[in-house]
Amino acid sequence: MKNKITQLFKNVAPSLMSIGLGLLFGVVIIVVSGMFNERQTYEDIWYGLNSLVLGMLNDGLPSLGTGLFRATPIILTGVSVAFAFRTGLFNIGASGQFTVGGFAAIFVAIKGPFPGIGNWILAVISAMLAGALWAAVVGLLKAYRNVNEVISSIMMNYIGMYLVQYAVINTVFDYVKNQTVPVPIVSTTPTLGLTSIFPNSSVDIGFFIAVIAAIIIHILLNKTTFGFELKACGFNQHASKYAGINSKRNIVISMMIAGALAGLSGALVYLSASGNHIEIVDVLATEGFTGISVALLALSNPLGVIFSGLFIVHLQLGGFYMQAQKFAPQVVEIILSAIIYFSAFIVFFKEFINKKKGGKK
Amino acid sequence: MMNIIYFNFQQMMYFTIPLLIVALAGMYSERSGVVNIALDGKMVVGGFVGAMFVFLMKNTLSVPMLLLGGLFFAALGGLLISLVHAYASITMKADQTISGTAINLFSVAFAIFAARTIKVTQQVEFNTNFLIREVPVLSKIPVIGDLFFKNTFFTTFLGFAILIVSIFVLYKTKFGLRLRACGEFPQAADSVGINVAKVRYIAVMISGILAGIGGFTFVVTTSNSFNGDVGGYGFLAIAVLIFGQWKPMRILFAAIFFGLMKTLSNTYATIPFLVSLQLPTIAYKIIPFLATLVLLAMISKNSVAPKALGEIFDKGKR
Repeated sequence: MKNKITQLFKNVAPSLMSIGLGLLFGVVIIVVSGMFNERQTYEDIWYGLNSLVLGMLNDGLPSLGTGLFRATPIILTGVSVAFAFRTGLFNIGASGQFTVGGFAAIFVAIKGPFPGIGNWILAVISAMLAGALWAAVVGLLKAYRNVNEVISSIMMNYIGMYLVQYAVINTVFDYVKNQTVPVPIVSTTPTLGLTSIFPNSSVDIGFFIAVIAAIIIHILLNKTTFGFELKACGFNQHASKYAGINSKRNIVISMMIAGALAGLSGALVYLSASGNHIEIVDVLATEGFTGISVALLALSNPLGVIFSGLFIVHLQLGGFYMQAQKFAPQVVEIILSAIIYFSAFIVFFKEFINKKKGGKK
Repeated sequence: MMNIIYFNFQQMMYFTIPLLIVALAGMYSERSGVVNIALDGKMVVGGFVGAMFVFLMKNTLSVPMLLLGGLFFAALGGLLISLVHAYASITMKADQTISGTAINLFSVAFAIFAARTIKVTQQVEFNTNFLIREVPVLSKIPVIGDLFFKNTFFTTFLGFAILIVSIFVLYKTKFGLRLRACGEFPQAADSVGINVAKVRYIAVMISGILAGIGGFTFVVTTSNSFNGDVGGYGFLAIAVLIFGQWKPMRILFAAIFFGLMKTLSNTYATIPFLVSLQLPTIAYKIIPFLATLVLLAMISKNSVAPKALGEIFDKGKR
């Protein structure tokens, strides 16, 4: 037991060190920029730092609920990217998979044959299928035509964005607001009464679905032969081929699973009762790119993604509340980028910790 | 008829040149073995610093000086941010993708944060027009004058200059040979006395300088303001780099292809033949990306990235 705890400490400590260094960097930026900014007083700086630390807890339960709701999509895109990383693929295309999944969900929820719970479940499944198919293109090109998955994913992001715009305009379009028409309230995701615990927030069943998805991916990767095969292909395609693993098929399957997760993320965003809409603007969905940060911060561990997703949302909400002290919310992304940057040093930190330990003995 | 061709060619250059410069920036880094997913971030830094320079100095300097100053500071900004990437990926032997992602995230946030701290709003606008209507003498040359020396930017010539110098450096100099060796087989390079870390540092720094210049070029040729990002052009430049097989001339063709497709999606209404096809606008927006995918599927079978790309150099490894 004691060994397990030291092992856990050893695994988590380097991440905590990178988070600490990143936050330190952020505090320096906040203090220095505040001192140079004539519109900010020292009190502003102090309360700004407070808001940052409080994050999701700034407004008590309502902001906590908002935090859980906002964490849902980035946990899922984070799991998508992390899963792909573990199988040797860089899924920079979560953005496109998210968007096509989101559209599929909205379309089915509005036009599906079973208004109510039937439609939302059907919508979620369609979103996962759409995301999986979108990612399958990348997997097929990689496996059979040797096309680098980074470039094909980037292309598929843009193609997905424009196609969804076209599809929205021709099917479920609100001309006045330049966005999709709202999903009927009966076909939105159940809130499970959570909104009475977390008033004024949109938290619903989605958060639990995201957590369950992360756990399933963790089990798949670490406890099943199939997961082992997928990881083996990522580690050494030639060796796994020699061991009798169908590596081409596995690349396609890995991409499809990653795509399904990103598609699910899109579904849960747009099926929420809070009323999110796909807007017709030429901007790639940010959830996909945040997913990369989430996955990297968790060292591509699916269970770790739950915590890194919550942590990033905690920072983001902190940044939101810091606007009251005239801070641009982008300061949070600066901190986050510093944390991710330092997380790249994790190998170095590990050696550092081990040396310290060795020295004591 | 000729006017339509000239017009579209000139328009195409506005998109092609930034892509060319930034893809070449990526080439230096990746041919030395360092993955450069941070091109977008470096472009943003270059675009922001350059635009900020023009914004702050527009009343004191002449137009050519503004452009040169902007280019200089854009290059400097790109250089500084590339050192951050080099330190992580070479000295600290860190994962290059992680460092690159962090820089992409940092750059956009920093550009907006700094703009809002300096001048309250995040948009950095300048009304200075850098367009050169006609280059004296040269614009009188038939055809070529119309294609290259009318409605152009100084950066267009800079872009071609960078291309020619890059070909020379990569294939005709000792440094170029060493750079390629570090990207293919760093252990072998090390065994003959090449300082792999130093070569990679220089490569990443060149990459930063060029990406910064490319970022400012993008801002100057496509708009007259900077608003926190470069429209994902850094990622398109990565696509151009891979599409161009990490080779300068192929990168040029890839950049022209992209620039042309991008231009047609904006100007197809001026071309009678395309209007007669009656395709929806969406088709022209998708075609550049779809065509790239199809082309890649056809040519990638034998494509080879630099062999040691993304590999951390470890002297002990054989």
